[in-house]
Order: sequence, then structure tokens, then C-alpha cells
Amino acid sequence: MSIDYNEKIPNNVDIAGDRKLRRALENWQPAYLKWWENLGPVESANYDVYLRTAISVDEGGWAHYGLLKMPEYRWGIFLAPPEPDRKIGFGIHKGEPVWTDLPGEYRAELRRLIVTQGDTEPASVEQQRRLGKICPSLYDLRNLYQVNVEEGRHLWAMVYLLHAYFGRDGREEADEMLLRHAGDPDKPRILQAFNEKTDDWLSFFMFTYFQDRDGKYQLAALAESGFDPLARSCRFMLTEEAHHMFVGETGIARIVQRTCEVMKEHDTDAVRPFGVIDLPTIQRFINFHYSICLDLFGQEKSTNAANYYSMGLKGRYQESKIDDDHVLSDSVYLVPEIQGDRVVGTEISALTAINERLRHDYAKDSDRGIQRFNKIIREHGVDFEFKLPNFAFNRGVGTFLGVEATPEGKLIGAEEWDRRRDEWLPPKADFDFVASLMQPVTEPGKMAGWIAPPKRGIHGQPLDFEYVRFH
Amino acid sequence: MIDFRTHPGKYKHWRLGIDGRVATLTMDVQEDGGIDPGYELKLNSYDLGVDIELYDAVQRLRLEHPEVGAVILTSAKDRVFCAGANIRMLGLSSHGAKVNFCKFTNETRNGIEDATEHSDQKYICVINGTAAGGGYELALAADYIMLVDDGSSSVSLPELPLLAVLPGTGGLTRVVDKRLVRRDRADFFCTLVEGIKGKRAVDWNLVDEVVPRSSLEKVARERASEFAAQSKRPTGVKGIELTPLRRDIGEDGITYDNVTASLDRTMRAATITVNAPKEAPPGDPGAIHAQGAAFWPLAVARELDDLILHLRFNEPDLGTWILSTSGAPDMVAAADESLLANQDDWLVREITLYLKRTFKRIDVSSRSLVALIQPGSCFTGTLLELALAADRSYMLDGTFEGGNLPPAVVRPTGMNFGPLPMCNGLTRLHSRFLADPSHVETVKAESGNDLDAKAADALGLVTFTPDDIDWEDEVRIVIEERASFSPDALTGMEASLRFAGPETLETKIFGRLTAWQNWIFQRPNATGEEGALKLYGTGNQAKFDTKRV
Ligand SMILES: [Fe+2]
Ligand SMILES: [Fe+2]
Repeated sequence: MSIDYNEKIPNNVDIAGDRKLRRALENWQPAYLKWWENLGPVESANYDVYLRTAISVDEGGWAHYGLLKMPEYRWGIFLAPPEPDRKIGFGIHKGEPVWTDLPGEYRAELRRLIVTQGDTEPASVEQQRRLGKICPSLYDLRNLYQVNVEEGRHLWAMVYLLHAYFGRDGREEADEMLLRHAGDPDKPRILQAFNEKTDDWLSFFMFTYFQDRDGKYQLAALAESGFDPLARSCRFMLTEEAHHMFVGETGIARIVQRTCEVMKEHDTDAVRPFGVIDLPTIQRFINFHYSICLDLFGQEKSTNAANYYSMGLKGRYQESKIDDDHVLSDSVYLVPEIQGDRVVGTEISALTAINERLRHDYAKDSDRGIQRFNKIIREHGVDFEFKLPNFAFNRGVGTFLGVEATPEGKLIGAEEWDRRRDEWLPPKADFDFVASLMQPVTEPGKMAGWIAPPKRGIHGQPLDFEYVRFH
Repeated sequence: MIDFRTHPGKYKHWRLGIDGRVATLTMDVQEDGGIDPGYELKLNSYDLGVDIELYDAVQRLRLEHPEVGAVILTSAKDRVFCAGANIRMLGLSSHGAKVNFCKFTNETRNGIEDATEHSDQKYICVINGTAAGGGYELALAADYIMLVDDGSSSVSLPELPLLAVLPGTGGLTRVVDKRLVRRDRADFFCTLVEGIKGKRAVDWNLVDEVVPRSSLEKVARERASEFAAQSKRPTGVKGIELTPLRRDIGEDGITYDNVTASLDRTMRAATITVNAPKEAPPGDPGAIHAQGAAFWPLAVARELDDLILHLRFNEPDLGTWILSTSGAPDMVAAADESLLANQDDWLVREITLYLKRTFKRIDVSSRSLVALIQPGSCFTGTLLELALAADRSYMLDGTFEGGNLPPAVVRPTGMNFGPLPMCNGLTRLHSRFLADPSHVETVKAESGNDLDAKAADALGLVTFTPDDIDWEDEVRIVIEERASFSPDALTGMEASLRFAGPETLETKIFGRLTAWQNWIFQRPNATGEEGALKLYGTGNQAKFDTKRV
């Protein structure tokens, strides 16, 4: 089989000239397409979708719009252009030139970082695969598909690194990415948030708001890596991640907008009979997604994270903008600790608290959008405010594993938790209600009743543009 | 003070469940339940406290549960089997504590293999998540290893690449000597932090089987039932109860029902005395079962076992153990007879095996062992093994002036010719007479005979036979001299001389542990200020002295 590589797999890594890489990708690509067919968006192979494709990394190249079928999407491999004379910015190798080839002594660590990141990409496609059948509009359907193909491309980006730098082990790991599946009891995805169900569009927007934002912070930390190919891959992925969060934030904002409109119109909080999602339900979904995403950052005190940092493999968010020595052997950071029935702060070595710091950055960023939602609510004169729950709430990793807390962070007993859980986390009734609203709307320009239209269409197209054509 | 006595009702880290012929031993380590402060037992990592419970459970399964033919060893933690010995704990431990800890954990794993091999109680390890380092080594002690096939759970021995030390519980040896993994593959595996999973783990024989997560429990139960069905352990009989050990610890001594130790802190010596039974132990199985934990051979095994561990961990300064016995040789001979005549009885067999393991524990203890054979002693059969385990023995020729006891004798019994082998697989007598193994037969011909000092000396059973004029000086000199030598050099010398003869899995494990691991533990590359073990967890990276030694 011969492939015109630059046509089939747009890239700036010279696949055509690299025998090793060609062999690896030739074997992997059919498996990937099979995976897309089996576990990608359901029954979508024949749709024409108005998608953006990255065909090069320069100014005009990364956003190429046109109607195409998803299996024919050109999943490309792009690294952001190299920075000349880039130096490692942190850890014990600080100031040394970045590694353009794999540093052998950190092979295992880098492989683990890449596999963990890579595993989340196809996971989200699997989690979202049924949403197309119940889309609120063609505009949203197209956005879903755009996110999906880009997550697919992110997988390609990580697989490229495995193939290009990790030999036989790398090929095996690349194969495993297609064998683990979200929610599969036998071969689950590595991180728990990527095994949860995403079966309705409120969950989807929450996912792209919270989980993809986790992605942003992980990618940003990896974009600081001293392993230059990883850093450059992640920098390019960040441009796409920004769009995913845009989908999430505008999605939630439009739902909030619609709910507030109905509340005003009927002068009531009890809006469910009018077919929109009440604000307390939205708050419960926020509580759920935010808390499971906090887990994604790992233990508050982590040797692995410290090692990754010291080794120069994974930095902090916007490392170069932080004003310190970037070695951290003498600094401390505050992490929570449980003393009796109280949560207190305790100082640990900043090195081992790298995860906690990234979680804080994530939390701050998450709150910004929440405040924008609150602004919409205020503008409608509604008396309600969304709040992110406390770090102690509903956690499955780290210090707060095994304790129960209210969204305000007060530690409580199991009995109170059982009694009040449904106030704070969506009970089945919430999911059932949200599911009842999920009737597909596929007429160009029309929106489901529970969501307001977006401010504008995509890439200058009108709102009633036929973003997806079913045939 | 570290106490090795526990029971299932007190376990913090394990659950022991029995369902018919299958037992399940579930590891669920309590993070804040460390035996010392300063570390958290995350991810089912273990410390001495966790292993004390494991040892207790393994012992009880053998003696309290004759019906159990298969034991499932698994973890209650989601996606985590066991992360091995807690690294932070090791980092905080003194060298001596680390060595003691490793020795004890090794003995427990050897005990698991002993159960499989000699008691037909098979261990099946069900690895339901990551098994790293000591976690995989625990699995290696089992007869059959199942690994969940979930695309991420692996088995690994990451000690070398991660911590600059070696796996401390026989991992390297078992990989090549028990699982017979090819050495080049083993080399690769033992430098791989993330380990090996799935099909390759089976292909390389690192595990026996991989099983999907959803059917893991079911398949494990099936395998366990198959193993249990093949086991010759009896059904429909009751085990005995290992009642709490009575022990009294004073400033200068420790007293059990049948064993005492007196501690001489000036001479840095402990005198361990085993007392013969007052009356002859019963000879028929029914009566032995009725006595249960009070049956003298079992009581002595338990008390000696506990005492050795107590002295090893809590009295490291007492460098010499003086081994002595007291009581009537006939009573010990009767006890031996009741063991030898009932070897087909499950309980008697278990007790004999327990005695074997206890004497092995003495062999590998890093203490100078001196046996004193004096009037009133009973170095007969089982207790003669104490004298044969000693680095040297002194037997009084004749009697003490003014003493009214008859001269000391030693008496071989059937127990000295097979049931109590050392870890090299040979009896102590065989190991003693490697130059002329037929000499063992000469000794055997004297079974049942009381041998006085001259006869014992002629047969080579004792080292020196001073008379009462020389006795006190000779004994004092050996103890004072021992106290004046370097304890390290003594430990090395004694261990080198004790295990002549063939190598076995056990001798290799202990030999390499003491030689390689304990050397590496002392080296700056591991435990220096910039050593890998020292820095692990801080995020700082080790700096190695790159010269090969
Ligand atoms: Fe992504
Ligand atoms: Fe994304």
C-alpha cells in the first residue's frame, strides 16, 4: 500500500521521508479508522459536515473550512514551529538546550505522560458518540463533530510521538489507545472522568467546559516540556482546545439565557413544565463535573509530579511568567490537610505540590466563566448565583478521598451525605428530566426550546446555514 | 516495642475470609495505619505492621484451617494491587531496620511457598491492578498468578531504575529461578519502571494468566476451586485455635510457658532456654488435637518464633544468643516420638513444618549462636537442632563440682534426620558432615542413645568439651570475644559459614539479600544525601557516582 502522505496525513514532521514512522502509521491508521467507525459518532459516516481542518501550522493553514465526510477528515500531525535556541525552563536541567530527541533516562516518564494525555482524547469521542442523534440544532451538531474530529487529531498527535520516539513499546501503547474504551468494565480509560457517561447535551457542554479545560491545563503544562517535540505538539493542540472550551462555555451560557428568559416570561422558578432546565439542576451538573475534574489533577502531594518537574518534563501553567527560581527545591506550597473534622492548610515542598498548584490555576480559570453565567442571570433580574463547590466536595482522589463534605466545604458524616446528596449532585430524576428534553432538531436555523441561539454562525456563515447535510 | 502477636480481629490492613475450601486474603492497607509515624501507606504499600498481619494470617491458615486447600491473595483497592514496601518508610528507617524488615518479609514469602509445597495449600495471586516492586514480589511467592487484562495494569520491579536499589523480597531470584524467565528478558523487565502487562506478561511467564476485569473474580474463584479440589488437605475436620501467646517481658528477661530468655546487657548476650515438657506429650492424634496450642512441640515453635522476632527487632544490641535447654531428655524424646509416629496427621505435619521454619529463622538470624550443653539440659532430637544450629557448642565433660545432676548428654532422634531441613535443603547434620555424608548414618545408628561429652565429641556433634575447671573461663571468653568483634564482620562470617552445601531458592534469596541489597543500601548512590532512595518523593533527582565497583 502506498499513501500520498502529505495529502492523506497533512503534517509538518516529514512522514514521507521517515521510513520508521511510515511503517508505524501505515499499521496504525487502518486500526484508527476502524475505531472511528465503531466507536466514533454513531451513523455519521455519510454526513457532510462543515468542518475546520488544519492543513499547516502557518497563519492561514490551521483553519481551513469546508464540507466533508468525517472519515475523510485529514487527521494531520502538526508541531508548532520550533523556537530557535529554546532552553529548558525549569527543573535540574534549567538553562540547558531542549531535547529534540528522546532523553533516554526519562523514557519511561515521558511515555507515561504521553499515554495518559493521549488516552483522554479518544475517550471523549467515545463518551460523546450518541449525542448526534439528539442534537439541539445543526449548529451544535457541527460543533460536536468538530470537537470530535479534533480530539481524534489530538490522539494522532500523541500517537505520532509514541511512534516517532518510543520504538516497539511506543507502537504497542499506540495500539492500546484504541483498545481501552470509555466506561468499558474490562478495559476502561485510564482516568475516571473519562469513563463517565455523557449522554445528554447539558453534560456535553459541561464536559467541554470542565473536562476540556483540564485538557487545556495539562497541555499547557506539557507545552513547557524540555522534550521539544512534546512541547510543540501540545502548543498546537492548545489552539484547538480553546475552541472546545468555547463550545462548552457558550453552550452553558445559552442554556442559562433561555432558562432566565422563561423564568421572566412566566415569572416563576418552576420552569421544568415549560421545557427548560432549571438553574438548581444546572448547579448540580456543575458540582458533578467540576469535582470529578479536580480529581484529574491527581494527589495534592505527588512524587511523580515532582519528578516530572525536576526532570524538566512537565512544568507549571505559564511557567516562564512565574517569578521564582523554577527549580523549587527550597520553596513551599500550601495544601489542604484534614485534622479531625476540620480542613487546615499545611505547607509542603512546592516541588511535590505541583499538582495542587495546577489545580488552583484550573479552579481560578473555571470560575471566570461561572461569573459570566452569573452576569447573564443578573441581567435578567433573577436572584440566583452559581458557585463552584469546595475542593473537599465529592472527591475521589487525594486528601478528600473517603470523606464527605458539603459544596461549601464543611465536613459531614456519611449519614448526612446520604440524606442530602441529591441536593448537590444530579439524581437520576435530573438526568431523566434532561433526557426528556433531548429531542433532535435538524432543521437549518432552528433551536431546541431549552437553549438560546448563538450570537453568530460559524466562519461568517449565517445561522440557518446547513452545517450538517444528512443525505 | 514491636509486637508480632496479633489475630484477625485486630487486623488493620488485611481481611481473611473463608468460604469452604477456599480462603481469600484481601489486602486493604489503611493509609494512616503505619507502625511508625512519618509516612502514609498509600496504594496498598506496606510496612512491618502490614507484614506482621500477613504472617499471622498465613500461619493461621495452616494451623486453624485444615480444610482450606487454596488461598486467593488479592487487594480491595480499585485498580491497585500493591505498590510494595513503602518508600518513605524505607527512607526513614535505619539500615538495621531495613535489613530486619526485609528478612522478615522474605521469611513470610518463603512460608507461603512452604504452604504450597508441603501443606498442599496453594496460593493464587489475583492482581487486580498495578503490582509494583514488593507488590509483584508478593505475587511471585504464590503458586499461580492472575493479572487483570485492562490495558493498563502491569507487573513491575522498578527498584533499580526508580530507587537505585534491588527488589528486597527475592524478586530477582524468583523471576529467573522460579518462573524461569529468560535472563535477557528478565534484564529488560527489571529496568522497566512501568513494567509489563497483558499478553507479553504471559508470554514471558511473568504471570500465568491474564483475565478481563469483568470476569476476574469469577475466574479466580474457579481456579481456586480447582486447586482446592486437587488438594489433599482434609475436609470435615476442625483446626485448632492459636490462642494468644502468654508472654511476660521484664527488664532482664522474657518468660513464656516453655521458653525463657535472660538478657545480659553488659555482655550483650541473651540466654535462650527451652524447657522440656513436664509430662510426656500425648501420642495419639485425638489427644494431640485436644491439646491444640498447648501441645508442647507447637507451643515451643510459637514461643521460640515470637522470641526470635522480638530479639531481632527490639534487642539489636544483644549480639550473642546463648542456646540452652532444661529438663528431662525422655520427655523431649516422647514429644519427638509423638511427632514422628503421626506424620500422616495434618496437624502433626503442620507442627513439624512450623518447627522447621522456626529453626530456619534461627539459622538466618544475624546473631552469634553459642550452645551450652550442661547437666540438667535436654539437647535431644528436636532440641539437639539448637546445638547443631549454633556457630559453636560447648559441652561440659563430667559434672560441676558440688552439683548433684548427672553429666550432660545429647541424644539424636528421628527428628535430626529429615523433618527439619535447613534452607539449603539438607539436615543440619548433613550440612555439618559434608566432608563425609556417610557419617550421618553413623550418628543415626546412635538414635535414641544418650551420648556423653566424650561420645558426642567423637561423633563431631559438639565443638569443645571443657571440664568443670575450664568451663567458666572458656564460656566467658567466647562471649566476651564475640562482644569485642565487629558485629558486621561477624554477621557476614557467620552467614558465610552456616550454609555450606547446595544452593536453593532460599539460600540464594537470603545470600543475595545480605550481600547485594545490603551493600547497595549502604552506598551513597542509594542512601547518600543525593542518593535515589533518599531523594525519592522529594522531586529532587539523584546524582550517581558513576564508577563501577
Ligand atoms: Fe484534546
Ligand atoms: Fe478537547
